[in-house]
Amino acid sequence: MADITMRVWRGDPGGGGFEDYELQSQEGEVVLDVIHRIQATDAPDLACRWNCKAGKCGSCSAEVNGKPRLMCMTRMDQLPEGPVTVAPMRAFPIIRDLVTDVSFNFEMAKKVPAFDPAPPPEGGYRMQQIDIERGQEFRKCIECFMCQDVCHVIRDHEENKPNYAGPRFFIRFAELEMHPLDTNDRRELAKELGLGMCNITKCCTEVCPEHIKITDNAIIPMKERVVDAQYDPVAWLGRKILRRHKLTAEEAADRG
Amino acid sequence: MAEIESHDYDVIVIGAGGAGLRAAIESVSRGLRTALICKSLLGKAHTVMAEGGVAAAMGNVYEEDNWKVHFRDTMRGGKMLNNWRMAELHAQEAPDRVLELEAWGALFDRTKDGKILQRDFGGHRYARLAHVGDRTGLELIRTLQQRAVSMGIDVFMECKILRLLSDSEGRVSGAVGYWRPTGEFVSFTAKAVVLASGGVGKSWKYTSNSWESTGDGHAMALWSGADLIDMEAVQFHPTGMVWPLSVRGILVTEGVRGDGGVLRNSEGERFMFGYVADMFRAETAESEEEADRWYDDHTAGRRPPELLPRDEVARSINSEVKGGRGSPHGGVFLDIASRRSPEVIRRRLPSMYHQFMELAGVDITREAMEVGPTCHYIMGGVRVDADTGAATVPGLFAAGEVAGGMHGSNRLGGNSLSDLLVFGRRAGMGASDYAEGRLGDPSVDAAEIDTIIADSLAPFTRESGENPYTIQSDLQEMMQALVGIIRTGSELDTALEKLGELRERAERTSIKGGRIYNPGWNLTTDLPSMLTVSRCVALGARDRKESRGGHTRDDFPKADPEFGKINLVLRQPAGGGVEGDIKVSPEPLLEMPDELKELFEEGH
Amino acid sequence: MTTVESAPATPVILGGTRGGPDKPTLRKDRWWVSPVVTVSVLTTFVVYATWAAFSNRNYYVGADMHRNLISPFYSPCLTESCVPGSHPATVITWWTISPALLILIFPLGFRFTCYYYRRAYYRSFWWAPPACAVADAHVRYTGESRFPLIVQNVHRYFFYFGLIFNVILTIDAVRAFQQPGLGLGVTVGTIVLCLNAGLLWLYSLSCHACRHLCGGGMRTFSEHPIRYRFWKFVTPLNARHMQFAWMSLIVVGLTDLYVRLVASGTITDFKLF
Repeated sequence: MADITMRVWRGDPGGGGFEDYELQSQEGEVVLDVIHRIQATDAPDLACRWNCKAGKCGSCSAEVNGKPRLMCMTRMDQLPEGPVTVAPMRAFPIIRDLVTDVSFNFEMAKKVPAFDPAPPPEGGYRMQQIDIERGQEFRKCIECFMCQDVCHVIRDHEENKPNYAGPRFFIRFAELEMHPLDTNDRRELAKELGLGMCNITKCCTEVCPEHIKITDNAIIPMKERVVDAQYDPVAWLGRKILRRHKLTAEEAADRG
Repeated sequence: MAEIESHDYDVIVIGAGGAGLRAAIESVSRGLRTALICKSLLGKAHTVMAEGGVAAAMGNVYEEDNWKVHFRDTMRGGKMLNNWRMAELHAQEAPDRVLELEAWGALFDRTKDGKILQRDFGGHRYARLAHVGDRTGLELIRTLQQRAVSMGIDVFMECKILRLLSDSEGRVSGAVGYWRPTGEFVSFTAKAVVLASGGVGKSWKYTSNSWESTGDGHAMALWSGADLIDMEAVQFHPTGMVWPLSVRGILVTEGVRGDGGVLRNSEGERFMFGYVADMFRAETAESEEEADRWYDDHTAGRRPPELLPRDEVARSINSEVKGGRGSPHGGVFLDIASRRSPEVIRRRLPSMYHQFMELAGVDITREAMEVGPTCHYIMGGVRVDADTGAATVPGLFAAGEVAGGMHGSNRLGGNSLSDLLVFGRRAGMGASDYAEGRLGDPSVDAAEIDTIIADSLAPFTRESGENPYTIQSDLQEMMQALVGIIRTGSELDTALEKLGELRERAERTSIKGGRIYNPGWNLTTDLPSMLTVSRCVALGARDRKESRGGHTRDDFPKADPEFGKINLVLRQPAGGGVEGDIKVSPEPLLEMPDELKELFEEGH
Repeated sequence: MTTVESAPATPVILGGTRGGPDKPTLRKDRWWVSPVVTVSVLTTFVVYATWAAFSNRNYYVGADMHRNLISPFYSPCLTESCVPGSHPATVITWWTISPALLILIFPLGFRFTCYYYRRAYYRSFWWAPPACAVADAHVRYTGESRFPLIVQNVHRYFFYFGLIFNVILTIDAVRAFQQPGLGLGVTVGTIVLCLNAGLLWLYSLSCHACRHLCGGGMRTFSEHPIRYRFWKFVTPLNARHMQFAWMSLIVVGLTDLYVRLVASGTITDFKLF
């Protein structure tokens, strides 16, 4: 006897709507298990992106009951009674059903200037564990892009997309800024790519499946670094006088 | 012919896991026009699942370690079936590849003096796995991905390749596939093609592999006339979760055992002490006391038997379960909770702890895990030249899991990430050399492309037919039951018969809906590869009448020295294509030079 | 179908039709509870603080009651109009309205530009966004990239001033042990002022700017062991910045209220020992 109702978005750029699927629940299931059962029976063409089904690849992001979640990490028995709504990520263009076009993120990734270490000293690089732990936190990122999806700067304001890298890339900036070997200064660039747009409402941190403290450990430290560079009166005066060269996003991308 | 999107490159790389990325980086750095093609989004490849680390004899923790020891461990682990030259190159070059990753931004855990920390792993004599907590694969793929992106590589994401294309002289000259997001077809011409498509695990019911691991590269290489070797050598990870459902198939890293976790049966007995093979007796502890001393000081006792190579462990678990001493859901218990404090477990195994807690409400600091053998990795694959990654047809190269030979009949943990790096680079170099030396523009047969496209669209035209998901699930059940971890001749014969039936059924699938991101249709295009590699595995398993490494025959429980001298080579007569027959022929292993042979004498 | 020679490797669409229903949110949980609570508490505080700051009376309990308690809203009391004893020296003569209004800009500025309060009021007052995955209420949005909100970047300077105030309020708390005419002792008022000063320190030290200045701004820790220790000390505090922000806000209001009630004679400051 069917005891769960999955209310799944079916549609494409032409439009769509929720469709209900009634199933019998099974022990120890996650939302993705149920979606797979729907695919294997009622709707073989139900589009859904997934890979590892273990919370490590970040492919199966969707909005479950209105909140961005990894479907493979959302247990059915922890959802409230009633139909379970599964919709595609809101911030990205729809391809079909639960699959969205996340190219935005791959385009933004190209704008982050590459890691740029000094040449290794005799005997190779040395780094201390305490110096790499901050960066390691950010490198836990599985690129599920739910932080990007939930961020209202682009979720609710399409026009901001060209100028806003989003939380995923702010942690990348922070990671490089805190990398013991890196030699680039990315503060100017982080500012150009919308660090100032972030109003630290912390939804990115709330949805992060890796529990990366995106706001506290990356965005705010980056904002403070920008303050160091931009709003420190002495430094500001120095820049005005010396007219230090400004590295734009395009130039940085050209430099590769 | 219908006009379709087409691209021309010097080198195309199919698969964007560690090996594919590394190959593409190599080819781009040579200034060649390079395309990287993957079935999923960039950075989602199965490489992210690797937890343990990258094996490389850097000697940062134990100075005694060097490439010769690593080479010997690898060959022994592979039961000497390895391509010795691959094992040698791998052991020699892995440290450089790891340091290269560091220079590209990877943040490995550190030793006190600031070098890369290395940890113990089953089958490795010294602690030699460079790692990042338990997410080393993610670190590796992200580092390579970011490197590749910064070099401006053209990436074709969510693009499924259906077939390789050859020119009239039989040289591989391109490929044809389709975009999953649009369902539109796309063809490539290229001077060289690198296969880095990963494994085949999706043909089994219990597997750690994702939907992508359908053996496309193995199958496409075979269809193009390339040799495959040792396809029976499939590794079942001894400790995949068997319960609860939401974590079934998730592997519990050997690190759990390296850090003190032990295997127990339903009677609470630490049963591994009863399964130490003679080959390992000298270096394995005899008592629980001796084994427990080892964790703190590797010189105070010999290694615990839980750290034997994984095939030994898998086989032991199977025996326990068959002997009626298994856990309620058909596995055994892996217990670290009673042996280490919750703080230590959380610190040493952070993502494992978090994963099981969140996914299934299982707290590994409080309760034992229920684990059992799970299909994980295929050692066999495309037969390649060790130095260049060249397959046996011109223009085709392979690296990573899709290539065979490196791991012999069994792979040591940690050797796959280093394999990806070492041979990804070498295949990239080999393909680049070949592309630079190849004269004239590669040409492909337009009519062939039309046929391939028409075949792949056929399920849409059938009014009634079978659901591809049913065929996939029947295949998985059958392979698990008949071509699983323990095999017998009669079951393999049955399996081959059933594979014939499944192939007929796969030709009668029907699909509803359109071509845009239609997983049902996508599955029909994966089924031919899955059926082909399943057949290869079953054929190899049938003909290798012995037990060796990942291949265990109930009717031939011992290793046979004669079989230890041969590879089983699978090939299709030229022009065989998807439907063609597969021939199996035993061919002698490469002869190891004397100076390397000596490493296995002298009582090392 | 048309031939597309050398099309871009990935067909990129940044914009495009979105999926899902066109609704502000699909959330079914009570996401509005948090903004409602925030609005209620902050509004109550602002109304009370404004009234208290303008009242210009009952902010000091002095020697006539054998106490030395000053409201944090009025400390330091710097104008001529300050109640005698509330502060040792009168410095400013031209300021004729409430002395609280002279100084409150600093603690208020500190809290207004605080990363936590920003989150709280952007969500609950500004609705940008009211809660995660709930549509924000604005047609256009530029965040803190332009004037006036770009001024939020001055937070660290308010932090410096906040430290000065913490020192002063700590002195006030110490002085609250004085019971003129009776010697030294502890009253409920003493404890209230000490609690207030303590929470203000926790709030300031847990501040994100503080964490950055302590050592977070450095690329490597191993070369700066002392600053690393500072950073290690404030980092766990920083994780509780939200809690400290609320506790210190409520306690600072209650401290003023307590002093006010004692000063007006409504209640007696009970002597403990």
